[in-house]
Amino acid sequence: MSQLSNLFGQKFGLTERDLERYLSEALSKGGDYADLYFEYLATSSISLDESIVKSATQGVSLGVGVRVLSGERTGYAYSDDLSPDRILKAARTAACIASGPATELTAGLKSAEQRNLYPVPILAGDTPLVERVQLVKRADAAARAHDSRVFQVQAIYADSVRHVLVATSDGRLSTDIQPMARLNVAALAREDNGVPQRGYAGGGGRVGLDFFTGAHSPEAFAEDSARQAILQLHAIDAPAGEMTVVLGPGWPGILLHEAVGHGLEADFNRKGVSAFSGRIGQQVASPLCTVVDDGTIASRRGSLNVDDEGETTQQNVLIENGVLRGYLTDKLSARLTGGQSTGSGRRENYQHYPMPRMTNTFMLAGESDPEEIVRSVKKGLYCSNFGGGQVDITSGNFVFSASESFLIEDGKITSPVRGATLIGNGPEALKYISMVGTDLKLDLGIGVCGKEGQSVPVGVGMPTIKIDQMTVGGTR
Amino acid sequence: MSEALLRDVASLAIRLATERGATDAECTIAEGDEFSATVRLGEVETLKEAGSRAAGLRVLLGQRQGSSYTSDLTDEGISQMVDAAIAIAHITEEDPFAGLPGKEELGQLTTDLKLVEADVANVEAAARIDAAKRAEASALAADPRITNSEGAGCETYSGCRVFANSRGFLGSYSSTTASLSATPVARQGEEMERDYWHSISRSWAGLESPEDVGRKAAHRAARRLGARKIETCKATVVFEPRVAKSLLGHIFEAVSGESIYRKSSFLLDKLDQQIAAATVTVIDDATIPGYFGTSPFDDEGVPSRRTVVIENGVLKNYLFNTYAARKLNAKTTGNGARGLTGAAGIGHGTLYLEPGSLTPDEIFAAVGTGLYITELIGFGVNTVTGDYSRGAAGLWIEDGKLSYPVAEITVAGNLAEMLKNIVHIGSDLEFRGSTCAPTIAISNITISGK
Repeated sequence: MSQLSNLFGQKFGLTERDLERYLSEALSKGGDYADLYFEYLATSSISLDESIVKSATQGVSLGVGVRVLSGERTGYAYSDDLSPDRILKAARTAACIASGPATELTAGLKSAEQRNLYPVPILAGDTPLVERVQLVKRADAAARAHDSRVFQVQAIYADSVRHVLVATSDGRLSTDIQPMARLNVAALAREDNGVPQRGYAGGGGRVGLDFFTGAHSPEAFAEDSARQAILQLHAIDAPAGEMTVVLGPGWPGILLHEAVGHGLEADFNRKGVSAFSGRIGQQVASPLCTVVDDGTIASRRGSLNVDDEGETTQQNVLIENGVLRGYLTDKLSARLTGGQSTGSGRRENYQHYPMPRMTNTFMLAGESDPEEIVRSVKKGLYCSNFGGGQVDITSGNFVFSASESFLIEDGKITSPVRGATLIGNGPEALKYISMVGTDLKLDLGIGVCGKEGQSVPVGVGMPTIKIDQMTVGGTR
Repeated sequence: MSEALLRDVASLAIRLATERGATDAECTIAEGDEFSATVRLGEVETLKEAGSRAAGLRVLLGQRQGSSYTSDLTDEGISQMVDAAIAIAHITEEDPFAGLPGKEELGQLTTDLKLVEADVANVEAAARIDAAKRAEASALAADPRITNSEGAGCETYSGCRVFANSRGFLGSYSSTTASLSATPVARQGEEMERDYWHSISRSWAGLESPEDVGRKAAHRAARRLGARKIETCKATVVFEPRVAKSLLGHIFEAVSGESIYRKSSFLLDKLDQQIAAATVTVIDDATIPGYFGTSPFDDEGVPSRRTVVIENGVLKNYLFNTYAARKLNAKTTGNGARGLTGAAGIGHGTLYLEPGSLTPDEIFAAVGTGLYITELIGFGVNTVTGDYSRGAAGLWIEDGKLSYPVAEITVAGNLAEMLKNIVHIGSDLEFRGSTCAPTIAISNITISGK
């Protein structure tokens, strides 16, 4: 049989017959299902510090993971060597999760239909390194030019291209080429010899170098990071206690990722360990809230043509008008609960088995004018930017850390305040949302989500919203 | 591959790099084998078995530097890695401080550091499954309110690390770890709480018994039931060892030479000043046999050592790799650390807070009224300014004893003040990882709740 037309065929001579042989070996001790995940990842990164391009790295990693499912059990093994004997050995190892006569491979492999959510005419990795170096140098110059109080700038540019091939014992063969590029800028500012403050901005996606222009230019990110650092120089201590909180559009959508997203992943719910377990059809948010997870938005950081189990991604409605509608499901949870995969099976790389994960999670726009939302608050906090967040999916308690926020006094945004953590409970917090703005915005493309030691790129988004009651962890 | 073969691969990379024009080069190789089992509700959930290895190279062309990595350790793979590093070095700029440690700074400890325990390699898959099953069963049996489980897991790992550079350093060491954990779920009406207990050891025999792991996890989960949100207030907060160690992590970030030369630390310009209560002594020691932060040399080939970071509340030393030391006109403290590739960053050995004399119960009695924290979540810590604000859960201390559970609150302050406000340090220091602390009590922290 002829070699496959993708990178794994061209570079490693992989054929469909090879894939069938490996899958047969994986099912040689029984098992309900097996899949193979081939990955070839090439990365490069350039980092600038103290106005010097101090270091640059490029490299390649590759491997294959073999998974066998038998009831609720998963057997997993991987190899970083694509020679047939090593892959067969991994398949035999994973096979040991089952114990019985071999399961016959019945379906021949059939290529899944192709689409391309991230057409990139020239991959970032194929553009001259010199052009990519310019991005970090421009960012450095712009951050320093923005304000003389900026005294340290770090800029990092990184891109990668990931080739994947997924072959499953139910006969599906999927391939994908997944580009990614990202530029981050961190600035430190200080007045005289006072306490320095930092600012941070960046963006990217499944894009080529042409993305980094206009609102995504190195200058735009650099100025935003410098602006945030300068703003913090005169910030006052954050307030403490319950209060009305207005979240600005875009990245503050991390609220949804922590408050509801993780809790709706099907593995936790199948096991009954999520605060959202068994709550489908219940009111878990204000009727103003509709929240979706959508892996199909063109060029976004969290988007995928196919997930890491070879399933086509889709838009999944999680919460509709405040009512819990669905969970994010991978193939294992779908098999065990009699449902369908929602295209949410993801993994960090070939060394890990997949699990249900988010892609791009956001709230649909509402009907309130964002300015009216702020005007409606007598006393509260306006948060326009956040660092990371975390959730305990069982109790439902979540936090996220505001990195740029302001007091609201008599309907006006006033003094900037220092960083503070916001805390709430997933199934309760969104019930206090009383206004949703018209200004839905997605984040700029820097999100990373961690779960059980695996990191994957994600996106978030939100319009301006008003939460009548939330605990703010300041000191004042 | 054997350790000897990996050393040959590293030597080859250095030789090819210098032959092809690099003025200096450093090569790191890491190999590891992991075996894990997870069980849930008495049944095997996952079994994973795999080995992987990869090499990273950093080359210098004068004062420029480039890096590359590969998982292909064949001669051809190594040759390509060398070419990639040299090619990418050409786009970087001259950094006057870039360079390897001096030849006289290189070396390694030659005593037996007890990083390898032979029993780990002999553990059968069935033994891992059995340990995890027993841990989970023990948790489920420990308390009627433990009604569900997120599972239990058991993992063994053995790995090898090799480092070579063009100034004649070649070193390698192997290490083993075994770990066992359980995560039960407690329920009371609609409320669910989970917690975990985790045991880690260099040897299989050194793990806590599965029954103890399960029992401790169950106790932790069950005592969280009935959690209340308390009123916003200022109080003394007691950090249990598992959360107290995160405070040491923040101190580490602030004393790392990288934060110092960037002037991005709340401990900048504080050497020889009182920065913490007089009871606070913090040590970084990478030389203690069998400990998790121990190694014969750092990731630049400098011998491991012991450094006093804070002594009786006075800041004594920052932690340096070669680069940060040169920037600040100092000497490396043997704290170079890296994954596989790039210039070394800064890491620590076993970083710990010296214990005090009080048991946790004696600390509760001394505190009288306050908050005992058993979990911190979130990332609201800024070591540039010292601003600190994190989500917390734990138990309220009343009349000198633990009383009801507390959740959905935050604790906030500024690290510079928090270190000075340390009022008690426990006697309960245990070395469960590379960052370790006993119980710590800190006064005057803002708790934000209702």
